[in-house]
Amino acid sequence: MTLAHLYEQPDVYLVVAAFLLATGIFGLMRRRTLIGMLISGELIFASAGLNFVALSRFVSPDPAAGQIAVLFLMGIAAAEVAIALSIIIAVYRNYRSIVSKELSEMKG
Amino acid sequence: MNLTPLLAVAAPSANPASNWITLGLFIMFVATTVAGALIAVNTVRIIRSVSGLALACVGLAGLFYFLHSPFLALMEILIYIGAVCVTIIFGVMLAEPDEPAPETHKRPYPVIAPLVAVVIAAGIFGGLAKLALGHKWEAPVAKINDGSVAAIGTSLLSTYSMAFELISLVLLVAILGALVIARGGRTKE
Repeated sequence: MTLAHLYEQPDVYLVVAAFLLATGIFGLMRRRTLIGMLISGELIFASAGLNFVALSRFVSPDPAAGQIAVLFLMGIAAAEVAIALSIIIAVYRNYRSIVSKELSEMKG
Repeated sequence: MNLTPLLAVAAPSANPASNWITLGLFIMFVATTVAGALIAVNTVRIIRSVSGLALACVGLAGLFYFLHSPFLALMEILIYIGAVCVTIIFGVMLAEPDEPAPETHKRPYPVIAPLVAVVIAAGIFGGLAKLALGHKWEAPVAKINDGSVAAIGTSLLSTYSMAFELISLVLLVAILGALVIARGGRTKE
């Protein structure tokens, strides 16, 4: 692994993807509002996409397949954001809050 | 349409400095991604968090460009920054999303809880990074296409045409579902 051709090796991309996944999971655990958790979920999606492209570029015999998988992933992520935001707005209308701790009907 | 990466395939014989410029750009994109992800999960105000996500997506688009997929770099900027981040900002405007002030006296474990999250995240990162660095990634013997925009288009309309149609259906259902869910209770007030 030479420094001058760092960008021609899969390792650094995979480490960045692992970092994005770890930050996303950290955010899911630490965030107390629904939108913050949604943003952390997007980071996890991005990490999966980076992994797909890196491995399809360096390891797979079919480099187009990974890029197409990421295109589909972006479509799924966009659909997820649309649904999640509409749920968040509906929740905000009912509870006047999107702090995840306050969204409980029952005691506890 | 010739979108082949100009930087990443710069000939080594061209200029000895060009390689280092390319490396500097690469490190800048990695730093942008990492900084954006850290901003996205660590700020209190949610609008800064969205900006962090947008920053991370700019860095990711650069990384996609270095991975010889300029089409995906364009799509990353169009879809993530142009659609996802803007939609989240609309959600921020419609709800009241700021993180509440931490109520220190009521929380049972004020120090342990963040520490546990950091340890779990660091464990995931360390484990995955060790796996990625420990494995010897070998290039394939032969490639059946070059991963260019033309190859993507050909596969998208032949091998993956069914999935392509299904994803458009998923998006349609998602839009309709979002309309139905967000509309409920509007007339009540």
